[in-house]
Amino acid sequence: MDTFSVLVVDDEKDFLETLVSRLKKRKIDTHGAKSGEDALKLIKNRPFDVVILDIKMPGGMDGIEALRAIKKIQPLTEVILLTGHASVETSIEGMKLGAFDYVLKPVKLEELLPKMLQAFEKKNNHDQKVRSAKIRETLKYW
Amino acid sequence: MKTSVYVNLQRKIIVITLLVSFAPLILLGVTIYHQLAIKYKQKIVEQIRYRAVAQAEAVDLFLKGRTAILSAMADTHKFDYMIEGNNLAHIFEVMNSRAGAFVDLGVIDSTGQHKAYVGPYNLKGLNYYNQPWFGEVMSKGVYISEVYMGYRKIPHFIIAVRRQESQQAWILRATIDPEIFGGIVRAAQVGKTGDAFIVNKERIFQTNPRFSGSIHSQSKLDTTLFGGSTTVIELRDGDGKKRLYAGTWLKNKKWLLVINQEAAEEMAGLFTTYMEVVIIVAGILAIVLTTIFTTRLTVRRLREADTKMRELNAALVQSDKMAALGKMAAGVAHEINNPLAVILQKTGWMEDLLAEEKFQESENIEEFKASIKKIEAHVERARKVVHNMLGYVRKMEPLLEDVDINETLSQTITLLENYAKTNNIEIAPDFADSLPIIASKQDQLQQVFLNLISNAIDAISTDGLIKVISERNDKYIIVKIIDNGPGIPEDQQGKVFDPFFTTKEIGRGTGLGLWISYDITEKLGGTIHLSSREGEGTIFTIQIPIVHPEKK
Repeated sequence: MDTFSVLVVDDEKDFLETLVSRLKKRKIDTHGAKSGEDALKLIKNRPFDVVILDIKMPGGMDGIEALRAIKKIQPLTEVILLTGHASVETSIEGMKLGAFDYVLKPVKLEELLPKMLQAFEKKNNHDQKVRSAKIRETLKYW
Repeated sequence: MKTSVYVNLQRKIIVITLLVSFAPLILLGVTIYHQLAIKYKQKIVEQIRYRAVAQAEAVDLFLKGRTAILSAMADTHKFDYMIEGNNLAHIFEVMNSRAGAFVDLGVIDSTGQHKAYVGPYNLKGLNYYNQPWFGEVMSKGVYISEVYMGYRKIPHFIIAVRRQESQQAWILRATIDPEIFGGIVRAAQVGKTGDAFIVNKERIFQTNPRFSGSIHSQSKLDTTLFGGSTTVIELRDGDGKKRLYAGTWLKNKKWLLVINQEAAEEMAGLFTTYMEVVIIVAGILAIVLTTIFTTRLTVRRLREADTKMRELNAALVQSDKMAALGKMAAGVAHEINNPLAVILQKTGWMEDLLAEEKFQESENIEEFKASIKKIEAHVERARKVVHNMLGYVRKMEPLLEDVDINETLSQTITLLENYAKTNNIEIAPDFADSLPIIASKQDQLQQVFLNLISNAIDAISTDGLIKVISERNDKYIIVKIIDNGPGIPEDQQGKVFDPFFTTKEIGRGTGLGLWISYDITEKLGGTIHLSSREGEGTIFTIQIPIVHPEKK
């Protein structure tokens, strides 16, 4: 399996740093952002396969707004929502906006990783479909 | 204590209402009675006056008639004829057959000698010259005596007329039957206490009175009280009772006709009849009963309204409290879950590092690993508490599914049956037939039922009965879970739905079961309600709105 790129967005510095380190240790191309704004800057510069996004961040842009913006910039990027409490309504809203799944904090990496993989596969599928569609389109004019 | 407030209120309302309704009634009654009594008395006075006048006329007429026939006889017969043979007897017979009331008849010459006599007494030959009436009749021509004893020694009175025959004057004299005369007077007697009699100026009874006295005896009545025409006066008799007297002087001015009766007897007419008294009493009774009835009704309504208000207030306070607690719980969850998340990542990082080769030889590596596992286990424990607090067990599924409440209850009972049986507790279902399938969330409802039934089992502990009842009304399906356990003390009933409230031993219950159940039923648009009595058991009532599933 190809290695994939991940962006973790969380205002909790200890959490962010540790999760990024652990993912990197598993040879995943991982970056961290401590706010929605930082995340958007990164995403504008380069694409990510999967974004792990904390829904509730105090001050500035909250998770749902960030999700909306990410989907605008990179529609194919899959987003996994992280939530500190069972805010079902927010999660539902997130799912409607195209999030891949949502996960409740605290979560073990062993549980998070499979979801990330699924998200990546889905994204890959999409990519492939997009690519083949483009190829078909190109072939049409050939 | 509460009850006495209502009892007092009820008593006050009844007393005030009765006072208000009776006061004007009594005032009116007394006034009307008084007015009526005056009119009535006037009427009675008029009546008795009229009777006295009429009776006096009748008596006068009687005397006048007797005098007239006597005069006619005297005028049409000669003295010699009168005293001869049976002629007087014949005349007496004619007089009695035409007029009546004559006891005897006699002819007296100018010397006072009784020349002829017809009657029951042997009076012939007696001389009346010295009798006071003789002179009177000789001078006046007509004479009606007062009652006197005379020769015959029984009370009687006579009518005598003088006949002037050429040079000779003689007298025709007749005795009036006192019984017949008395009878005419007594015809004016009325009622039980009425009396009618004649007295003369000297207060001597001229007829037999009904009470106190007899003919020719002295009356106590003061005749001077009676004036020229008819007089009505009120006097107290010997017993102290008031009597109405009406007196009319007869034409001879010697005799006073008196009619009297007890004032009370006449006035008794005013006190109406037995039937009317019954009607008045019934009316009063009706007012009293109606007052009591309506007041009771009003107070009961008031009481019910109060109770409803209190319940409503309690429910409002409860839902406010729950909402506040819910918000707080969410905040707390966030604040705890984030540190837990960090801890979990840190332990994971440590595990990752420990997996590196250079650490493998460390003598304490197993200790490290075990400690990390323990930390993770406790993080997991804390996580569960927080998730339970939020009712996280609920799935995120936003769609409602078709739920058969009876089926859900049956499944839940099956889950708990063995547990109940080992504690010798029977679970008795009593389901309503044909409950509608509703749009709701089966898993969540099942969790509510599970919480409540297992709570009931824990409350009973051993030997008991749990009834699980389902029924419906227009808007709700109602599920009742009734246990015969020890019940919940009153001071704890308001807290049972609070999170972390538990009466179970530490470690056996988190105190979140009822909180979650409350939260779930509220979110499904229903209600959950508790009623419990210490020593008798507890009833949990859940109302689930009947939402018909959309047609597919």
